[in-house]
Amino acid sequence: MVLIYALNGLYFSAFLFLTSLGLSIILGVMGILNLAHGSLYAIGGFVGAFLIGMMTQSPVPVMLFVAVLGAVAAAGAVGFILEITLIKHMYRRALEYQLLITFGILMLIEDSIKLVFGGESRYASAPFDAMGSVDIMGHTYSTYFLLVMAAALAAGILIWWVMTKTRLGIMLRAIEMDREMAQAMGIPMRSLTIVAFVMGSAFAGLAGVLVVPTTPAVMGMGMDPLIMAFIVVVIGGLGSLRGALLGSIIVGLTRSFTVAYFAELEMPLLFLIAVVILIIRPEGLFGQK
Amino acid sequence: MMKYCYTPRAAIYIAALVVLLFLPQLLSPYHLMLMESGLSLAIMALGLNLLLRYTGVLSFGHGAYFAAGAYAVGLLYMYLPDKFTFENAILAAILASAALSALFGFVCVRHTRIFFSILTLALSMLLFAVLEKAYHYTGGSDGIRVPIPLFFGYEFEGMRRFQFLIGPYYYVVVGIFAAATVTMLAIVNSPFGKALQGTRDNELRAEMIGIRVKRYRWYAFVISGTFCGLSGGVWSFVNGHITPEISNWVFSGEIVYMVLLGGFMIFEGPIIGALLFTYLRLYAVAITEYWMLILGATLIFLVLVLPGGVMGGLHSLFSRLKLKRVS
Repeated sequence: MVLIYALNGLYFSAFLFLTSLGLSIILGVMGILNLAHGSLYAIGGFVGAFLIGMMTQSPVPVMLFVAVLGAVAAAGAVGFILEITLIKHMYRRALEYQLLITFGILMLIEDSIKLVFGGESRYASAPFDAMGSVDIMGHTYSTYFLLVMAAALAAGILIWWVMTKTRLGIMLRAIEMDREMAQAMGIPMRSLTIVAFVMGSAFAGLAGVLVVPTTPAVMGMGMDPLIMAFIVVVIGGLGSLRGALLGSIIVGLTRSFTVAYFAELEMPLLFLIAVVILIIRPEGLFGQK
Repeated sequence: MMKYCYTPRAAIYIAALVVLLFLPQLLSPYHLMLMESGLSLAIMALGLNLLLRYTGVLSFGHGAYFAAGAYAVGLLYMYLPDKFTFENAILAAILASAALSALFGFVCVRHTRIFFSILTLALSMLLFAVLEKAYHYTGGSDGIRVPIPLFFGYEFEGMRRFQFLIGPYYYVVVGIFAAATVTMLAIVNSPFGKALQGTRDNELRAEMIGIRVKRYRWYAFVISGTFCGLSGGVWSFVNGHITPEISNWVFSGEIVYMVLLGGFMIFEGPIIGALLFTYLRLYAVAITEYWMLILGATLIFLVLVLPGGVMGGLHSLFSRLKLKRVS
């Protein structure tokens, strides 16, 4: 059973990694803690569930592909609109305003989802059911979970490649290190912050769509992942890729094993880990001061 | 304290207190109960503003200390029903929130800016998770019922909850609210309050002139948390029922919302904000199913257009009018 718990833990980790990646990018590049990140995740979930529900006749790969594309595009588009209308005014504002505007956006999006999709839950388990399960050393394990792990791995490699090997990523990291200096060097701040915000939002949407085949899309579905992503970002370090990866693995495995052995302790233990790390290393495991 | 007794502010305070005392004759019972809820939340908003305005750190987890106060009352009723009197309950609320904020604050004050906000948020969620998961001790997500207590030996036997709330309890809330406001005013104008503002404006300079920055910030945190606990204790009777939701970060976000709505740069802003928020929320819920849309849009409007809140806006309006008259 330990193997299954470990696999489950890795699945949680994969999922957390996708969620926290976007939060981490936005925090790193823009210095804004986006409280509405969970709501962008929910947009991804609802759009994905809607699309899967529309295409019950299509083959599973097509269904998944369209759902993922639609959800990522929707979350990215909403992120784009938010950035150019609201967030762009916030870079020079005090912390309380930055946090409160994203808190306002959270309320706005939650109710807009209700307005667009209705308040009821949406089930979209077709891809999960159709993919069946595989046999891993005598245990049956859902193929879909493996797919999510692969997707997270691919997303991680992609973002690592973009951040280290491309011009775009190098400019983004320059902004992260020193805003003023980056601006002085002629880096186009305005368009790059938009890119970062859209990228972060799109990742939230991706995480959202990947979860709906396993659990239905419900109102407030983004709240728990948001808090989990906070914990991951806190453990890993604000705005660090390696940190997000390591943080996800720590949180995912801890969660899976505590759920298995002492289910009651799951959430308290995670917050405790986050708090302890914040106390001894406030910048996180891989963060810079 | 004497020097505050002869200012226009004192006159306004006394006028406001008189209005508050006559409200039961003016308002319908329903609005009176809302007022009670608003006034008890105002105590908490004042507490949060001691950190935000005077210490320069933003807590996104003050729901935890509010919950500590409310749960102290609830747990006292659950485990020591024979000791369940109003004075014991409020004392328990104050002690529990002071102890919890001393513990959490000790950790938090080592950090500032976003780290402080995230840490306070994480700690309040820790309490939320404990309150929800420790089902056998705290009632879990069902929460705890809070009945009418004994009042200094006086029993409200046979009185209905509703009558109790619109009758005697209203004056109790007003009394505690007034005392809390005057106490907070004294704190922010004391040498301690001035020292706090010094640490906010320039931490290094404050340290250099001999203010023990972290120690002072910690004291401010404990005072602030204790105000929240008092608020939670008073509010628990108004609401009659407490659930872990008050320790969730969303509730803490609403507290910050209240403070900003009223205007955090003005001492009385948070009070106005708490009252306005209570009514705004109620009306939003009453007119539409999509009340969060209204609250969210209002918040965004505030941040973009009226960052000084309602009181800040009025203040700048008045000073502009004054300028016009002069010129």
